[in-house]
Amino acid sequence: MSGQSHYQVQPARLALIWLLLALAAGLLLWRVVDLHIFNQAFLQGQGDARHLRVVPIPAHRGMLTDRHGEPLAVSAPVDSVWANPRDITDLDSVPWARLGALLELSGEQLRGTVAERAGREFVYLRRHVNPDVAAQVQALNIPGIALQREYRRFYPHGSVAAHLVGFTDIDQQGQEGMERMLEQRLRGVAGARRVERDRHGRIIGLVEAIREPRSGENVALSIDRRIQYLAYRELKLAVQRHQARSGSAVVLDVQTGEVLAMVNQPAYNPNNRGRLSGEQLRNRAVTDIFEPGSTIKPFTAAAALETGRYRPDSVLETAPGVMRVGSNTVRDIRNFGTIDVAQMVSRSSNIGAARLALDMPIDELWSTLHRVGFGQDTLSGFPGESGGTLESRVRWSDMERATLAFGYGLNVTTLQLAQAYRVLAGDGQLRPISFLRVDEPEAQEAFAQPVLSAQTVEQVRQMLEQGISGTGASGRRAAIPGYRVGGKTGTARLATRGGYHEDRYRALFVGMAPMSEPRLVMAVVIEDPTGGEFFGGAVAAPVFQAVISGALRLMNIAPDDIERLPQQPWTQAEWRP
Amino acid sequence: MSLYASRFNSDGLARRPGLLRLIHLDLPLLLGIAVLAVVSMVALYSAGGQDGDLLVRQGIRLAIAFGFLLVAAQIPPEVLRRHAPWLFLVGLGLLLAVMVLGEIGKGARRWLDLGFVRFQPSELMKLLLPMMVAWLVTQRPLPPNLWRIGLGLILIVVPTALVARQPDLGTALLLFCSGLFVLFLAGMRWWMITSLLAAAAAAAPVAWTFFLHDYQRQRILTMFNPESDRLGAGYHIIQSKIAVGSGGLYGKGWLNGTQSQLEFLPERSTDFIFAVLAEEFGFAGMLALLVLYLLIVARGLYIAMNAQTTFGCLLAGSLTLTFFIYVLVNVGMVIGLLPVVGLPLPLVSYGGTSMVTMMAAFGILMSIHTHRKLLEPH
Repeated sequence: MSGQSHYQVQPARLALIWLLLALAAGLLLWRVVDLHIFNQAFLQGQGDARHLRVVPIPAHRGMLTDRHGEPLAVSAPVDSVWANPRDITDLDSVPWARLGALLELSGEQLRGTVAERAGREFVYLRRHVNPDVAAQVQALNIPGIALQREYRRFYPHGSVAAHLVGFTDIDQQGQEGMERMLEQRLRGVAGARRVERDRHGRIIGLVEAIREPRSGENVALSIDRRIQYLAYRELKLAVQRHQARSGSAVVLDVQTGEVLAMVNQPAYNPNNRGRLSGEQLRNRAVTDIFEPGSTIKPFTAAAALETGRYRPDSVLETAPGVMRVGSNTVRDIRNFGTIDVAQMVSRSSNIGAARLALDMPIDELWSTLHRVGFGQDTLSGFPGESGGTLESRVRWSDMERATLAFGYGLNVTTLQLAQAYRVLAGDGQLRPISFLRVDEPEAQEAFAQPVLSAQTVEQVRQMLEQGISGTGASGRRAAIPGYRVGGKTGTARLATRGGYHEDRYRALFVGMAPMSEPRLVMAVVIEDPTGGEFFGGAVAAPVFQAVISGALRLMNIAPDDIERLPQQPWTQAEWRP
Repeated sequence: MSLYASRFNSDGLARRPGLLRLIHLDLPLLLGIAVLAVVSMVALYSAGGQDGDLLVRQGIRLAIAFGFLLVAAQIPPEVLRRHAPWLFLVGLGLLLAVMVLGEIGKGARRWLDLGFVRFQPSELMKLLLPMMVAWLVTQRPLPPNLWRIGLGLILIVVPTALVARQPDLGTALLLFCSGLFVLFLAGMRWWMITSLLAAAAAAAPVAWTFFLHDYQRQRILTMFNPESDRLGAGYHIIQSKIAVGSGGLYGKGWLNGTQSQLEFLPERSTDFIFAVLAEEFGFAGMLALLVLYLLIVARGLYIAMNAQTTFGCLLAGSLTLTFFIYVLVNVGMVIGLLPVVGLPLPLVSYGGTSMVTMMAAFGILMSIHTHRKLLEPH
């Protein structure tokens, strides 16, 4: 008891205690040694396997810009939410409802997605979420659910250049338009890196870069954003005003063959491709073919002039406005009486054109049309481009010859029309079209093919100018104050099964400016205007007028018709070039 | 002799009765505790994601626990002995109260809320049970006879069973051991010890079948084959074995452990903090820490051997050995030798309750050592 003599534990017991202590400590140490020394390599490997991962580094997709470097398609980093179903051991522990609310998906659905792929290591839950959503998902801190950095394609100009630029799928693969055509150049090469990840799959740090990603090229397209916008706005307005089914327009730079603008209606917003129809998606300007109608007549005239048997003032008899060809009838809109070749174009006489075609070997007309590019690809490389049809027959009936002369029996695209008129606007040679900015126009000379003589081209251009400013000209509404403008209207009947509609039309206008030295060519095609007006001169020509007058100013092209400028008392302050 | 005794303390070092002696503190133990506190801070800073607040909170807990140590050191062991039965009854009452009124947390009923303070009566019992058993066996001359051993076993089994029911297997194990240590140190007969061990071995399958919860059985099975449930019960062990093993001889360096810093290792700040230290300081660090623990245990046993009273000897020995069991169970768990039972690494793991008990135990040890009456000249 207390105060009793000093108690001593039996020495044997003490020894046993010490023995057991030593044994226990020894056991622990042995185990630690075992783990540290003999299993270290294995366990170190296991540790590394837990936190080291090789992950691909997505390459930055190149930017598409307009000719002045204005971005048309850019890739922005975004986050995608993914799950590693293997790391989600307890499906009930995940706040699916909250996650679902963030991702705008039902919680049940998310849970199902993960449950379905229980053995897998990766499943996307939601791709390309907003940064604030990504941050909130991160904050939820759910093991097995993580973010992945990806890129998303944005199209700053929305529907304005949608058809031309095209779009990529969610994996940044070009699907349409330039995005598809330039896939190889834009794509770049993905890199790889080894990273440290924590238990939640978050990347903590870079261990080593195995392969640097190579960014895709930035590519400058040929289009001028401002002209593109003008064309888009005017075409859309015209299609709406005339209650047309669709429309397309192309503006070409005469000197370089660059496509300065290419627009279609209906259009779509490439940033939000929720419900799209083929109607909206098609780049009609290159994929849709149609009968060009009267817009072919300048080439009929050119073919006639090239034979050497006609001059612009050669007389053609069109009275009484009706002509029988075989069992068919060719009509003008009114009786033009006796006209010359130039007037055939400027007033658009079907009978005049038919007479020229019947009077010359069909090969002359056909090869002229073929050589200006109809019936063959423009070689622009645009995905899904159509070459149109220009049939080469062994035996032509008179009616087939006659109608070919005023634009029936062949099918063309809007781009082909513009390309053909570019031959007229230039020196009579066919040169390639380019959707990319042409930095060395000289290089294209190698591809130039002579089509028409310089003299013929000059004479046809005068006819085209008459078509705008001459008396009784059909293209009056394409006139631009201060500039000499040339062009040709067209009003083609819409083909239907086994014939032509009586009262449904296609309104066309193809023109160029300034006529002293043409720099711009524009083709406008509006399908099926139902708002009352349907003539090319009334429906399509104003679009040309609005776009080209703007484009001339934007491109700083000097007026070549100063005398006819509206007399306005400009003051110094107001005058801005 | 009296002059001699006052000039030389029991360690044989020539020294004046200094301030430490005056406030009943023991320098070697104090040093050991201080070093452990530093180790704790270093490990917690790393394990807790370099969170300064965590350190501050742990510091405050250490300070509070040290307060308990100071108080406990002032109580003469004789006072403890005299009040042991009553204290034990109060402790038993509190354990019963927990069964009825206790708050449930993490599936177990361990906490008692007295309005002004929340605590675990089972922690209190860690001190009271060895005290009670020591009181019991010192009522008669040692070694205790069979009847007294039987009484002692009952005193041990009742609170152990109550705690095991909460359920808190780790603490129950400690309670059981602390009581047995007293009996063992008191000179329990060898044949009793062997038959007790035999009975325990025989009872093990019964306990396995009837008393263990499913999750407890699972844990034991998992220990033998952690790979059988890699993402469930085996996860802790696998991750911590990887952490310990990948440390190598000198470790990956402070704050550089991938298993701990990247959150693969569960319960880094609390039960598995040893794995953090092992990963970052390697085998060398482990050895140093284990040696430190052994030194503390050695000092405790030294105090027991030199205790003036039988009660002091038994109590000090039991408390010290229980402390060692703590280390053994925790480290054994972390390195996959023992099943996962939630016992902290003494004085290093984050957490307050067990730290208070442990410090109080050290206070009692110091009290036993410093309240020795100077030997009167014969």
